[in-house]
Order: sequence, then C-alpha cells, then structure tokens
Amino acid sequence: MTTPTTTLETADGWAELETAALLGTDRRALPEPAGPAALLAAAAAVDRTDPAVALLDLAALVAVRRRAGAVALPAPELPPAAAPDARPELPEAAARRLAVLVGGRTAGAAPANLAELLPQWLEAAVAHGYRLPGSLVPPLLDAARARSELRAPAVALAGPLGRWLADRNQDWRFVHRTAAEPAEADAGPQVWQEGLFAERVTHLVRLRRERPQDALELLASTWPTERAEDRVLFLDALQEGLSAADEPFLEAALTDRSKNVRATAAELLSTLPGSAFATRMAERARAVVRLEGRRLTVSPPAECDAGMQRDGIPPKSPTGRGERAWWFGEIVAAAPLALWAADTGLGPDQLLRLPVGDGGTDWTDDLREAWARAAVRQQDADWARALLGPVPRPGRAGRTAGSPARLLSVLPAAERSAWTAAFVQTHGLGDAFQLLGACATPWTPPLSTAVVAALERAAGSGAYPWSHSGVLGMTERALAPEAAPAVAALAADAAPDTAWAETFDRLAGTLRFRAAMLAELVGRAG
Amino acid sequence: MEERWSTEHVLSLAPDQASLKAAGKLSGPAPWSGAGWEQGVLWGLCKGSGSTPYRAAVELATPAYKCSCPSRKFPCKHVLGLLLLWSAGAAEIAEGAERPDWVAEWMAGRQAAVEQKTARQQVRAETADPAAARRRVERRTARVSAGAQELRLRLADGVRRGLADHAAGAADWEQVAARMVDAQAPGLASKVRELAYTPQQGLLTGYALLHLLAGAWGRVDELPEELAATVRTRVGFTADTAELLAGPTVRDRWLVLGSRDTADDRLTTRRLWLRGAKTGRPALLLAFGRPGQAPELALPAGQSLEAELAFHPGARPLRAVLGQRYGAPEAGPAEPPAGLSPAEAVAGYGAAVADDPWLESWPVVLSEVVPVLGPEGWQLTDGRSAVAVRRGSVPEAALWRLAALSAGHPVTLFGECGPAGFAPVTAWAGQGRPVGVGQ
Repeated sequence: MTTPTTTLETADGWAELETAALLGTDRRALPEPAGPAALLAAAAAVDRTDPAVALLDLAALVAVRRRAGAVALPAPELPPAAAPDARPELPEAAARRLAVLVGGRTAGAAPANLAELLPQWLEAAVAHGYRLPGSLVPPLLDAARARSELRAPAVALAGPLGRWLADRNQDWRFVHRTAAEPAEADAGPQVWQEGLFAERVTHLVRLRRERPQDALELLASTWPTERAEDRVLFLDALQEGLSAADEPFLEAALTDRSKNVRATAAELLSTLPGSAFATRMAERARAVVRLEGRRLTVSPPAECDAGMQRDGIPPKSPTGRGERAWWFGEIVAAAPLALWAADTGLGPDQLLRLPVGDGGTDWTDDLREAWARAAVRQQDADWARALLGPVPRPGRAGRTAGSPARLLSVLPAAERSAWTAAFVQTHGLGDAFQLLGACATPWTPPLSTAVVAALERAAGSGAYPWSHSGVLGMTERALAPEAAPAVAALAADAAPDTAWAETFDRLAGTLRFRAAMLAELVGRAG
Repeated sequence: MEERWSTEHVLSLAPDQASLKAAGKLSGPAPWSGAGWEQGVLWGLCKGSGSTPYRAAVELATPAYKCSCPSRKFPCKHVLGLLLLWSAGAAEIAEGAERPDWVAEWMAGRQAAVEQKTARQQVRAETADPAAARRRVERRTARVSAGAQELRLRLADGVRRGLADHAAGAADWEQVAARMVDAQAPGLASKVRELAYTPQQGLLTGYALLHLLAGAWGRVDELPEELAATVRTRVGFTADTAELLAGPTVRDRWLVLGSRDTADDRLTTRRLWLRGAKTGRPALLLAFGRPGQAPELALPAGQSLEAELAFHPGARPLRAVLGQRYGAPEAGPAEPPAGLSPAEAVAGYGAAVADDPWLESWPVVLSEVVPVLGPEGWQLTDGRSAVAVRRGSVPEAALWRLAALSAGHPVTLFGECGPAGFAPVTAWAGQGRPVGVGQ
C-alpha cells in the first residue's frame, strides 16, 4: 500500500493482518500482535473468541494508530523558480476576459466567435507589454498548442513563466521553439548544430533580424550538408534584411542541385536592385521590350538559353501558355522596375498608357501582368498604384492586372483602406474578400462605414447572409469599434426573426465585446 | 452602498452551464430597461419573446432572487444576466434609483414570509409533545442498533471468507446499504456503499473503521458526550438547524477560506470553509441545491462575515450552521491567512484523528509551500517537510495552474489534509487575491 504520508512505525503487524484478511480467517490463523508496547497492550485487551471479529478489532487499532501517527514526507529538492518578470500585471477585467477567451470557462458575456477574437486580444496585450496572472498561463499555452497561429503572441505574453513551465511539461515544449524575443547569443551554435528543424529556423530568423551578416555566415557554414527542402526554407529566412552583402551567396545558390532552391535564390536576387542578377535581367528585359516612338514594341525571346535557365527561368511553361510568352513574362517580372524610367524617361502612368504590340499580337495584358508581379516582388508603391489605377466603374471588370489584393498590399495602409472603401462602395462585397483581407485592422472608419452600408444594401437586396459569410467573419474581427452604433441600428431595423436580424445582432454583440475587450486592456473599463 | 460583485461571484451562482450560456446573451445592455440598484436590491426589466418584459430582481444580502419568467431554473438566466450586467459596472443600471412598486411589493412579501417562518417555528417548539418525540427517538435507536449489529456480522463474514472475494460481492454490499437505509442509519449506508467501490489496498482499513463505528454505536451510551455525538452523526443522525441555533453559538468575524461544489444526479452540495478571526476556529458550512439550482449560500473566498455560528456537537466540531448575521459580507484582510508547515498540518490531522477516529480530513492553511512535481506525483513543500497532493482531489490541469501561480515561489494554500494527502481548495500567491484551485 503506498501511503503519501509516511507512518511513524511500520513494524506494527499491519501487513500480516492484511494478508490474513485477504485470505480469510477460515483459511489463515489470526496473526500475533506486533509493534510497540502500547499497541501490544491495547491488542491484548481484544477478545479473540471469534477470529474474524478479533482481526477487525486489531485492524481498527492499527489503522487508527497509523492515521493518528502520520508524519510528513521528507522535503523534495526545490526546483529553481521562474525568472522574474518586470512587466506590469494585466488589468483585472482583462484577465477575466482572457479566462473566457481561452475557454477555461464558457462563461457569460460570450457572443459569436471567441476563437476569432483571441488572436486580436493577444496582439493587443503583447503591444501593451503586460504580464499575465500565473494561473492563466497554462490554459493559454494549451490553446496555443492547438492553434499554431497563437503561439508567437502567447509565448511573448507568457514570458519567463512560459519557458519555466515548458521545462516541466512536455505538452508545452513548443514554447522553446517559438520566436518571441531576441536571439540569445549563447544558445546560438548549439541550437544550430543540434536543434530540431523548427528550432533552427526560429534561431536563424531571430539572428537575421538582429545581425543579418552573422545569420548569413551561420547558414553558409552548414549549407552544403542541409537537405534540399530545408535549404528552401532557410533561404526564405534571408528575405528579411536582404542586402548586397547576400549577393555572392545567392548567386552561388543559383547553381544549386535543387530546382526550388534555384528559384528561391532567383526571386531574392530579383529584389536586390543593384545586383549582377538584376543587371542581367535588365539586359534581357531591354531586349524584349523597346520604346519605339510612342509605342512599346515587344519581341519575346526565341529560346531559354543556359544563362536564363541559370537565373531561374524554367524552360518549360508550367501553365501551358506559349513558351515564348512565358519566358517574356519571367524576364520582365524579374527585371528591376527602375530601368524603365531610366531608359525611357517616362513614369509608370505614362508607360502604362502606351500601346503595346509586336505588330500582330496584343501584348498589353502580358506586360501589365509581369509588371504587376515585379511591383509586388520589389514592393514598388508607385508602380503598384499606377497598375491598380482608380477603382473601376460599376459593371466593368476593370483592367487591373495581376491580383488587385496583392498590388494593394504594396501600398501604405491609409491608401489601401481608401481604395478598398471606394471599391466596396461601387461594387459591394461580392468580390471584396481578398481586398478587405489586405487592409490593416481594425479597419478605418471610412472603410468600416462603406462595409456596413454594403451589408445594408445586401440585406435590402434579399441576398442571403451566408453568401457573405467570409466577409462577415472578417467584419467581426476587423470593423472599427466606431461603427458599432451603425450596426446596432441595422440590427434594430432588420425584420425580426430573419437571418439578417440574427446576423446583425451577432455582429453588434461581437463589436461590443471587442470594444470592451480592447478598452479593458487600456485599463479604462477597470 | 455595497461593492459590486465580481463576475466570478455571479458565475458561481449559476445552476448549470446552460444557464450560464443563456445568461451571457442577456448580459449586454440591449434587452434591459428600467434597471436600477438601491439599498441592496437590484432590478430590471428584460425583453423576452413575449410582449411583456420579464421582471427580474435580486436582494443582494441573502441573496434572494425573483423573476416573472416561467423557468424552473433558479436563479434563472434573466437574474444571472442582470447580475452580470451589474457586475460589469454597466451605466444602464441606475444607481440609487427609486425601486418600482413590484420590487417594493416583493421585498415586503419576503419580509412577511421571514417573520411568518419565525413565528411558525416558535409555535412548533411550543406545541411539540416531548413524550411523543422521545418515543420516536427510542424507536429509531432500536432500529439503528439492529442495523449496526447486522453490519458487524456482515463485516466479520467478509473477513472470515477473505477480502480477496470482496469485489465479487459488490451487489451484496448494495443490498446491505439498502438494509442500513431501512434501519434509518443513512451514515452507515453511505459508508457501506463506499466500501463496495474501495480498491483492495484500502479495503481492510475501510472494513476496520466501519466495524469500529458499528461497535461504537453498540455502546454509545457509555462513551463521553462529545464522542457519542460524533458516533451519532456518523451513523446518520442529523441535528435540527433550529435546535442547534437555539443552543450556544459562536460569534466571530468569519473569513471565507474556500468553497467547493460537488454534484451528483440528486443534489448539488456546496462546502464552504470558514475561520474565525478572533477564535481561530475552523468551520464548515454545507449548502444544498436541487439539480439545476445552485445552492443559495454563496460566499467568495477572501470575504469575511460577522455572524453567529452554531456547531454540530462532536469530538471535533467542524460542521456548523449559519445563524444571525451582522451586516453583509465584506472584503477580508488583504494578506493571505496565517497557516502551518506541512509537518504541522500532518500532525494536526493526526491530533484530530485522536479525537475522532473516523475523520477523513481536517481543514488547514499551509504557509509558504511550493508545489513540486516529482516521480511520485505532486508534493507541497516548505523545504523542510512535504505533504503529497491527494491523487484525484483536483484535476491535473488545476495543479499546473497552481504551479504557474507559484512559478516556483512559495504560496499559501488552503485545503483538507488527510491520510492520503492534501486536497487543495484555495491558493494565495504573494499578496494576491485568493484563487480557487479546483475550478
């Protein structure tokens, strides 16, 4: 029998009594009493006429003696405490909110989509730099274990306590692999040599953020021995802090055994304007697009030569389009956009207005498409703005090349919101999902107003709310709190007991919840 | 004006999860109108599906609830929603508003009912026939004695055949339990039922202690008065609340150390542990609710209440009933309660067992202990001695929350100390507020 508390005396005859009781006094004689004198004296007073009754009497004596004489266990070794955390404690109301959000309790005041609001809560709390009450850290880590997108903010909030817990509970080991704070210089070489893949990527990303050159050297030190699929992801890590210093390494990677590594290296080089790669691509681009008078003449390449292939242009078109058009697109998309202004003296707007052709085929769309890809890759806001143009008029698909959402992502936040608001006003929500997704959250008041108005029109037009479920989900997360009264008004005006009434009710509830949740973090709602 | 309740406090009143969820939807200002709060009464009108709004009101001190909705849940979702709205400090609830007539009527009706009940109790006490009462007690005593005798025979038979066969006879023990109920010894019945599901390693202890109890009943008249009272209680005699309150009471400022609810399909039981600020006495209050109803008595840990308690008699008095209160519960001291080391706590349980051999645990505050997970499970240590956390007393996740709360630093813990270890109930970290461990 395992007793969590030890007894003062184990030689008290209990084991013998237990054996006799298990087998039965019909088969086993009553054991002789044992133990210290006081116990023996008490045992001597037991009437032994019926061995079964006597055994129970004796067992009662010993059992009570054991309970009354229990002593504490020896102290185990004390583990080290968690490192101190100097951040200010989370306001109390916010702590209660987090308890609801991580679902430890499905308590009251919980509308809609708690799961959708948790990431927002976490980001806001991280921005405020709060320390969580200790007892909320385990449920948060449990939530982050199941949802990897929560890990970075959860680990940042959990702080030293999170790492201390992760040392003790296997379930939370991911904490050590999640990038949340500056690389610890001393942890470096060991993690890189011995760590799991995820730990190594995390380490590389952190180091790159702080000391780009060291990160490059670390990667180069083991590069030949890495597996091809790992090399691709390590190379991706160089995107942050990319500079001319990375060029020789990337140039070398253009001859890598793996096709994906070659393509990634080429992509990175194409965003380095001054590189030899960019110069080579610019040469090729000049050869395929020329300004002749007031028109752009296109002469697509006749073949994909070894140099082009080395620079990451696949000889076979993966899309099934004509190979010459494919090579043409790859060249223009990888060439530095600055070359066009330098060569022609024209800005993007002017260039985009010029007619395009080779005499027979219309190359306008191909050229715009390639420029759009280049604008996104090179994060060129002037080109992105010109390519997007004004919001297309109603009923027109528009001549926007590439993906408008991706072009939009290149623009500053205010411009993105303004363009999308104009788009929603004109075209409603049907095609707005990706555009809205490209806008910073929470949405600006004008964008929020445009979305609410579009929802009102959609409700009025007899459409079903679920045909807008994607946009509605995003709206719950992103609508500006200032729009709450407008939504509440919609909810009040909607025909009762309809799907739209329920939708607006829910939206209004979520907005209130979000507003309260963010206010608590500021400490206003105390 | 008293403090608003915390959201936790309100949540603890909910009879079940479904009510909580429903109340959450009513905790926004939208459905409410005419809400107010004045002199310990909270009220509001909640728009439902019908044309007339429901009238919900709460008398905060008792607390007592009223709602005009037809729900059988108690308190209903409207009352809970109103309380949640209020606890969030919503401006829609007018502070110091004049109570509407329906609230005033309800309060007056409550007052009258309380007075009537007191009067009825007085009448009953005056008209009771002492001779008839004594005859009833004698009849019951005889039946219990027969039951206890039968139980001793059954236990001895078990030991004669061998406890290795015990598991096979679980159904037989259900029958014995039913016989104990017939013998009007519900305490013996529940112990017998426990025995049916006791694992083999604890069987002999269970048999022996039950044998000791049944034997003690046989000579209850020879025992010292306190121990005799303990035996009576454990066999299943209950003390009448009114009678207890008519006897000696202890007035003190009672600090709430913790509370725990357990529910089965017939009953929700709430245990509330208190400690007197002046007397240092521990006390345990029990409150019950039917399924779907939270027990009415709700006192959050850390609050303290000036009141009279009447203790059930016994060798180790602990269970008490709440008598006269003096004022509403207030926030208790900011610092954690004073406590003992693990060695002292274990010894304290031992001393209590010396008074009442059937005692399974004794409430205790542990000071400055660190929860440590070792190969044998969780232990609580102050660096000099340790006590194990009783397995299964709280879920594993709760112990991790406790570990996180401590972060390796000492905490103050309230709980029950028994032969199988310590069952934590409430924790205080540093100068922080009490945190329930089990929930």
